[in-house]
Amino acid sequence: MADIQVLVKELVNKYGTKREALIPILQGVVASERYLSSEAMIEIAKELDISAAEVYGTATFYSFLETVPRGKYVIRICRTIVCEMNGKKDVLKILEEILKIKVGETTMDKKFSLLETNCIGWCHQGPAMLINDEVYSQLTSDKVREIIQDYIRNK
Amino acid sequence: MAEKTLKKVDIIFAEYLVSPYKILEETIKRPKNEIIQEILDSGLRGRGGAGFPTGLKWKFGASAKAEPKYIVCNADEGEPGTFKDREILTKVPRKVFLGMGICAFVTGATKGILYLRAEYNYLIPSLNNELQIFHEKAKLLGLDFNITIFSGSGAYVCGEETALIESMEGKRGEPRNKPPFPVQSGYLGKPTIVNNVETFVSASMVCRIGAVEYKKLGTEDQSGSKLFSISGDTHKAGVYELELGMKVSEFVEEFGDGDTKAVQIGGVAGVCVPRKNFEATIIGQGSSSGGSTMVFNSTRSMYNVLHNYLEFFQEESCGQCTPCRVGCQQLLKGIEAIKAGTKPAEYLNQLMKLTETMKLTAKCGLGQSVGNSFNSIVTNFREEMIY
Ligand SMILES: Cc1cc2nc3c(=O)[nH]c(=O)nc-3n(C[C@H](O)[C@H](O)[C@H](O)COP(=O)(O)O)c2cc1C
Ligand code: SF4
Repeated sequence: MADIQVLVKELVNKYGTKREALIPILQGVVASERYLSSEAMIEIAKELDISAAEVYGTATFYSFLETVPRGKYVIRICRTIVCEMNGKKDVLKILEEILKIKVGETTMDKKFSLLETNCIGWCHQGPAMLINDEVYSQLTSDKVREIIQDYIRNK
Repeated sequence: MAEKTLKKVDIIFAEYLVSPYKILEETIKRPKNEIIQEILDSGLRGRGGAGFPTGLKWKFGASAKAEPKYIVCNADEGEPGTFKDREILTKVPRKVFLGMGICAFVTGATKGILYLRAEYNYLIPSLNNELQIFHEKAKLLGLDFNITIFSGSGAYVCGEETALIESMEGKRGEPRNKPPFPVQSGYLGKPTIVNNVETFVSASMVCRIGAVEYKKLGTEDQSGSKLFSISGDTHKAGVYELELGMKVSEFVEEFGDGDTKAVQIGGVAGVCVPRKNFEATIIGQGSSSGGSTMVFNSTRSMYNVLHNYLEFFQEESCGQCTPCRVGCQQLLKGIEAIKAGTKPAEYLNQLMKLTETMKLTAKCGLGQSVGNSFNSIVTNFREEMIY
């Protein structure tokens, strides 16, 4: 069995084959593969006995269910109004500079992807961003540099 | 009588003087309809945005016939400028589970789901620890109620209760037609009581201190206290529990930076109040709000503010109905065209008419409420939209 089949099987064993299991299964695949490949979606469709189009339709609705390959660390910077007012643009510029990619792109070594996202609930400490599930707030240029250097060196 | 000033309250985050499990134990000794009556009497309204009377929802839940019944705690908190539910789940999760437990007792629900937005996934380990304790206590008290966490996947519209249910059922988070309401037919077609995180805490506090005491806070129209997420041009950004019924002027006095030009109340789905209306506007009256208050000072361009909101709406519209899907795009393109001078200023009136159409014809609160901020900003800051 291909790796992806094994993974989907594991997730199905854990969450079941009912339709309600779909999102937890999709989340499980993204957590381990970093995105949902067509093979993964077809495999899930088979297991849940629904059409692959249903799986794809559901997956593409949600911004955290990636359908294109992403880096090991997905950086999501908040672009909503208060973070914007508090200097999000400068933070984004620094990120683009250090990582040498633009929003929507992934570094060559597949370590980082840089995305924008809507309000993440840290407006009182903006600008803020997520790196995978981790929150970083009150960002300044220096702080962002430090955080990214730490990821580059230690993770 | 002393002059009315902003009253800070400390109920929601207050230290556990009495353990939440003790309150649960005491509360479930009481007759179910007495508890429902207490919550009805308290005048408590939902804190998730729509402001529906909580006692009434629980009463419908209790009288619904089908089994099993579900209780959903809505922790999708996607409204820009809102972060109070995160603060509750971080500091006093026990009070949330207490509220859900009481709700389970009065409605006869056996399954609870905490719908947690993906952005708050980092809270899952600590919440699971709390849940383990909760389940042990519930078992000791003979309460057959189990809570699981469902993690969202990044979609603002999933905060809308029927979209949230669709999403839990493994589908695209597209809102359903109402009726039927979730209390009649919700998750998997079963009666489902959906309440906001803060609503569960407030309901449990009503059970602890009693409706009479609770009603001493606030006004006739809005009783109790509520959390406000305050951000923007303020030196005191953060979450505050305030008595309901305050004027915007009182709020600005306390939280403004001395140069406040406008306050956005109720998130981007709410209204933007300009300085000239601070004195006459009471926060949360009429359309209740999730308690997001964003403060803008005179250095801010209201065009940029509105542009940012519209980008948000355009992106988060689920696209299911035409007025909202196309409307959001047209509003955004429209203000860009006016700013660029390719459309005349009068075009703004047409765009405002479009929001009226959206209000009447859009399927859910997202499309219906775009006009709130659009019209209040365009009407009060018209020059900024044009020049
Ligand atoms: C677009 C949209 C987003 C919403 N987001 C949330 C949310 O994040 N949290 C929430 O509690 N309610 C949200 N609501 C309101 C819910 O539909 C529902 O009214 C609420 O969860 C009921 O709980 P309550 O009565 O305790 O307020 C949203 C509504 C709409 C239309
Ligand atoms: S109003 Fe907008 S978000 Fe709501 S159902 Fe229609 S398209 Fe979807």
